[in-house]
Amino acid sequence: MAANDGHRVTVNGAPCSLDGTDPATNALDWLRGQGLTGAKEGCAEGECGACSVMVARPDGTGDGTRWTAVNACLLPAAALDGQEVVTAEGLGSPDALHPVQREMAVRGGSQCGYCTPGFVCSMAAEYYRPDRAAVDGGSDGASTSGQGGAAPHDAHECGPNGFDLHALSGNLCRCTGYRPIRDAAYALGAPEASDPYAARQASPPPPAAATRLVGTTGTYARPAELPEALGLLAEHPGAVLVAGSTDWGVEVNLRGSRAPYAIGIDRLPELRTFEVGDDVVELGAALTLTECERLLEGRVPLLDQLFPQFASRLIRNGATIGGNLGTGSPIGDTPPALLALEAVVVLASAAGDREVPLADYFTGYRQTVRRDDELIRAVRIPMPVSTTTAFHKIAKRRFDDISSVAVGFALDVRDGVVAKARIGLGGVAATPIRALATEAALEGRPWTTDVAREAAEVMAREGTPMDDHRASAPYRSAMLGTALLKLHAQTATPQEVGA
Amino acid sequence: MSALSERPANPVVGQGIPHEAAALHVTGHALYTDDLVQRTHGVLHAHPVQAPHTHARVTGLRTGPALAVPGVVRVLTAEDVPGVNDAGVKHDEPLFPSEVMFHGHAVCWVLGETLEAARLGSLAVEVDYEPLPAIVTVREAIAADSFQGARPKVERGDVDAGFDGAAHVFSGELEFAGQEHFYLETHASLALVDENGQVFIQSSTQHPTETQDIVAHVLGVPSNEVTVQCLRMGGGFGGKEMQPHGYAAIAALGARLTGRPVRLRLSRNQDMTMSGKRHGFHAQWRVAFDDAGHLQALDATLTSDGGWSLDLSEPVLARALCHIDNAYWIPNIRVNGRIAKSHKTSQTAFRGFGGPQGMLVIEDILGRCAPLLGIDPIDLRSRNFYAEGQSAPYGQPVRHPERTGYCWDQVLETGDVRARQAQIAEYNATHEHTKRGLAMTPVKFGISFNFTAFNQAGALVHVYKDGSVLVTHGGTEMGQGLHTKMLQVAATTLGVPLSTVRLAPTRTDKVPNTSATAASSGADLNGGAVKNACEQVLERLREVAGRRLGVHPSDIRFADGLVTSVGGGESVPWAELVNQAYFQRVQLWAAGFYRTEGLHWDSSLMHGSPFKYFSYGVAATEVEVDGFTGAYRTRRVDIVHDVGDSLSPLVDIGQVEGAFVQGAGWLTLEDLRWDESDRPTRGRLATQAASTYKLPSFSEMPEVFNVALLGRAHEDGAVYGSKAVGEPPLMLAFSVREALRQAAAAFGPAGTSVDLASPATPEAVWWALEQARRGGAGQPEHGHVVDGAPGIVPDQPDADDRPLRPHSELAAQGSTGGA
Repeated sequence: MAANDGHRVTVNGAPCSLDGTDPATNALDWLRGQGLTGAKEGCAEGECGACSVMVARPDGTGDGTRWTAVNACLLPAAALDGQEVVTAEGLGSPDALHPVQREMAVRGGSQCGYCTPGFVCSMAAEYYRPDRAAVDGGSDGASTSGQGGAAPHDAHECGPNGFDLHALSGNLCRCTGYRPIRDAAYALGAPEASDPYAARQASPPPPAAATRLVGTTGTYARPAELPEALGLLAEHPGAVLVAGSTDWGVEVNLRGSRAPYAIGIDRLPELRTFEVGDDVVELGAALTLTECERLLEGRVPLLDQLFPQFASRLIRNGATIGGNLGTGSPIGDTPPALLALEAVVVLASAAGDREVPLADYFTGYRQTVRRDDELIRAVRIPMPVSTTTAFHKIAKRRFDDISSVAVGFALDVRDGVVAKARIGLGGVAATPIRALATEAALEGRPWTTDVAREAAEVMAREGTPMDDHRASAPYRSAMLGTALLKLHAQTATPQEVGA
Repeated sequence: MSALSERPANPVVGQGIPHEAAALHVTGHALYTDDLVQRTHGVLHAHPVQAPHTHARVTGLRTGPALAVPGVVRVLTAEDVPGVNDAGVKHDEPLFPSEVMFHGHAVCWVLGETLEAARLGSLAVEVDYEPLPAIVTVREAIAADSFQGARPKVERGDVDAGFDGAAHVFSGELEFAGQEHFYLETHASLALVDENGQVFIQSSTQHPTETQDIVAHVLGVPSNEVTVQCLRMGGGFGGKEMQPHGYAAIAALGARLTGRPVRLRLSRNQDMTMSGKRHGFHAQWRVAFDDAGHLQALDATLTSDGGWSLDLSEPVLARALCHIDNAYWIPNIRVNGRIAKSHKTSQTAFRGFGGPQGMLVIEDILGRCAPLLGIDPIDLRSRNFYAEGQSAPYGQPVRHPERTGYCWDQVLETGDVRARQAQIAEYNATHEHTKRGLAMTPVKFGISFNFTAFNQAGALVHVYKDGSVLVTHGGTEMGQGLHTKMLQVAATTLGVPLSTVRLAPTRTDKVPNTSATAASSGADLNGGAVKNACEQVLERLREVAGRRLGVHPSDIRFADGLVTSVGGGESVPWAELVNQAYFQRVQLWAAGFYRTEGLHWDSSLMHGSPFKYFSYGVAATEVEVDGFTGAYRTRRVDIVHDVGDSLSPLVDIGQVEGAFVQGAGWLTLEDLRWDESDRPTRGRLATQAASTYKLPSFSEMPEVFNVALLGRAHEDGAVYGSKAVGEPPLMLAFSVREALRQAAAAFGPAGTSVDLASPATPEAVWWALEQARRGGAGQPEHGHVVDGAPGIVPDQPDADDRPLRPHSELAAQGSTGGA
């Protein structure tokens, strides 16, 4: 592959050259440099969505395309090679507004307007979602989630037109208070048959072409297949593995990190597998969380509780399940759930695959057993999953926040007795951990209020919580203590609407 | 009805139209300051060198290594300043400091061919620091007697006598957090020089004239060599009233020294660590009630955390003292104020401007005392509303006090409040693990700048030969819809369709000596000026039309694009008359001016009538709290708010909703944390990014959100009978905090008084409901309410203290002062 020419990206239907772009340049800055200043930088870390654009991505289940909204600030521009991007400017013009733009404009959905192009792109992606369908009975009766899974969304978070409000969970507005934006989203009809963006979804997405871009700060290479990626990894020990770039992008933007060599692994076919067996479900490491949610179709209820609480739709559209384990963060949201599910990590190297139980994977603060020459190929979840599962996330904000404490529960309750208990914890130690003492305090005992109380006291002493800006140590311990009580209250009695 | 407030038939004002730039917003075509960089050739990029200390002396600065970095063009330091090395109006904010006053303080700036080059250059600059002890919290400042600026006092009646005979006396304290503006667009400036070295600065500023003043004094040039333009801002909220000036000055200085355009745009982290925020406060209070719950006396001392420099801290404090009464008659009152000097960012204006801080104190008092008095908080509040004939503690009669009652009754009725109270009691009795609360709170907010001189505005209205109209005014657009309203005012006054009128960007060479677009006064002031300019043009056109139509000029009417004689006689199209007037050599443009009449204020005595009028509003909020975690959701909000006769209902409802959610963010979610430990990072802002500082998202939007504008609310003496709207509804969010308090209290025995930290994060609510479960036993760190006289008497200022006159009053001596 040529290193420094021939890199092309289609923006709003027109071909543009990526040649000469440094690998540290993100897609947002690159687009703005092209004169497309609609997308804005609000935070440069994927929290505000002012930079949201749509990219053409595989629909995951067939041969079609899905317009997928992502944070342009996190995505390396180099990763756009061969791709198709649509910005607010491409959706419509002041004289010919797109339906999304028209609803936003006439309903007072913009005040200062700075976040608006990003909202428009996130909203347009949901507008084009093929399985978005009008729900009978209006917004108050709506209960089904839009995203194909069985995510426990509240009725008021889904519009009568099937619009899933979580599609906008990664977009912040400081002016409006959101009500007119919600009204705009819920007023959208179906795309017209002549709508070119709707029509585009019927044909395949652009292939993830192999690419290599060399700039002043380093090299970005996206190999076509796994053996090539492993070869590059062996050749460049310490190379940065970039999948959705939702973590690495923050490192680049906020901490000035630069990769001498970065390997894009987000589109490796070997990492995008999805297999359902009788005793295991295998998720390819490069599947995004949105794709996992869509493909699992409710097979793992614990994960369905997790997905809507994992960052935002914009992040889940980019972030991969492997990436969330690859960072080794103690406050990643999938580890507590995957620990409870007794998931296994499949690590690939030139020497072949090896399997590591997730419980043995983390070795220290942002450290894991993964060697420099390995990458995460897949995550395996044993089936069937336990009868009683839940994901509890303690955070300041319900949408798009980082856990101060996260708990994954997987309990097998048979004949009123806890036959097996697996509990994963995040945010209370240098790594995600299992609550082993609590598990022991539960197993073999009846699932009663008294046992739950006793075990909750054990659980309150798990880990070594600390004080920080997210929560105090006493609160974290207290939340460990109440999590089991809440689980018991929710599962042992008719469900009460929790806040 | 005054001429200013009277509306013609079928006016364009009052129509609910979208924001004038909505089509540009939604398509990404609207331009913000930093978007202009892509359209400017040869731009240099500025990057700060931020100190890694909270308080330190700069003992050495070597720029050489930075200049060796490829792409670095220049490093700006104190030696480069030709004028005054100062970024403020109080001469206490050196642009290039020799003493670091807060963690992240910029000591110099690097200019590079690219932002990356400038960033790498900033890492290469070598700075020697001698660390010094730092004051990080307001309590530390109080203990160290570290204060700055004026110590104002508002006093009325006989406070001691009020306590002596009272049936109930309570005392307590409250410390509450500030708030980051988090305008989505960070501070940005782009400076260019012309062939004479004159500077043109595009800046995201709410106060172009003051930006111009500061740039001129830094450059050592007269103001006529500096022009500032603001196309629009991506949010301001007060954060761009005083703070943009220094950044604009850096860009201007760089442009003058290099001859090239210089762009300065802060990253979010830079913006959060360097720019000022809403003031956090500490309050001590003692309050007396009679048996029926009527307020008898209040004695309070408010200490605001001003950060490292004065900035707008004095007028913010003055407004806090003037709003501690909120909507309540307090016959005997004494409120002392002081400003802590700490090693933090220089805290500044933020929507409400001290009003929220003052009002939070009285709402907290009522919320904590209601259970101890055994009175429903809804009744306790309404029982204390102002009545006709009563005055605010600073002497101004409270006009239209009945509007609080109108709003209150309307919310009670349309919000079905009494029935829902009963439903909530039933719900709470039957649900062990979740509890609900429903609270109502009022707002009374004074409109006008306390600083009287700022209550003036200018406008420039051009009528072109073809009849099209171009309006320029002194106010800036930050999303609040000011430009939309000004178009509606101009179209209404001229009697032309909205499409005839266009708005030009705000710039100081069009309308000079403007006031900040702040204090909610943008539409009042600039609307008055636009209307005045339009009327000047009309007076001249009236003569032309009178001759043309053969009637007396005073019998001419301008409406719907037609110029008609009274009684429906002959008419002539607007454009035709304008064209005719041109050929008769009639001046078709005018400079308008407006000054708010009837204001007076003595800031040394804190007495007078500083406000043109009061805005009123009421909110009822219902929340549900999870007893396992303290997490909560806002189930329903009902608001009735008084905006006078609305100039632009869609805009005004947007302002009410947005302000409410922003206020709820301040009170419940947004959690500014400075490192208060003894680690080397002491004083560093720990929440300096969107990932750690959480603003409201969709999940904080009330599930049911009903906003109504009060009907029959004409305001005589304001433009077309309207009222200001920007700030007052922010304070409706007290209802969220009080509802959370009540829901938390429901986890305990009846009559439990609950202390609630601010912001009331899920963690804070959880500690509050744990307190309730213990029957209200106080948490030592929050200073539980003390029941009974004499209670804890607030700090009183030293009797020998000279009453300091706030800097903002020193205009005659050359200072420009704040809002």
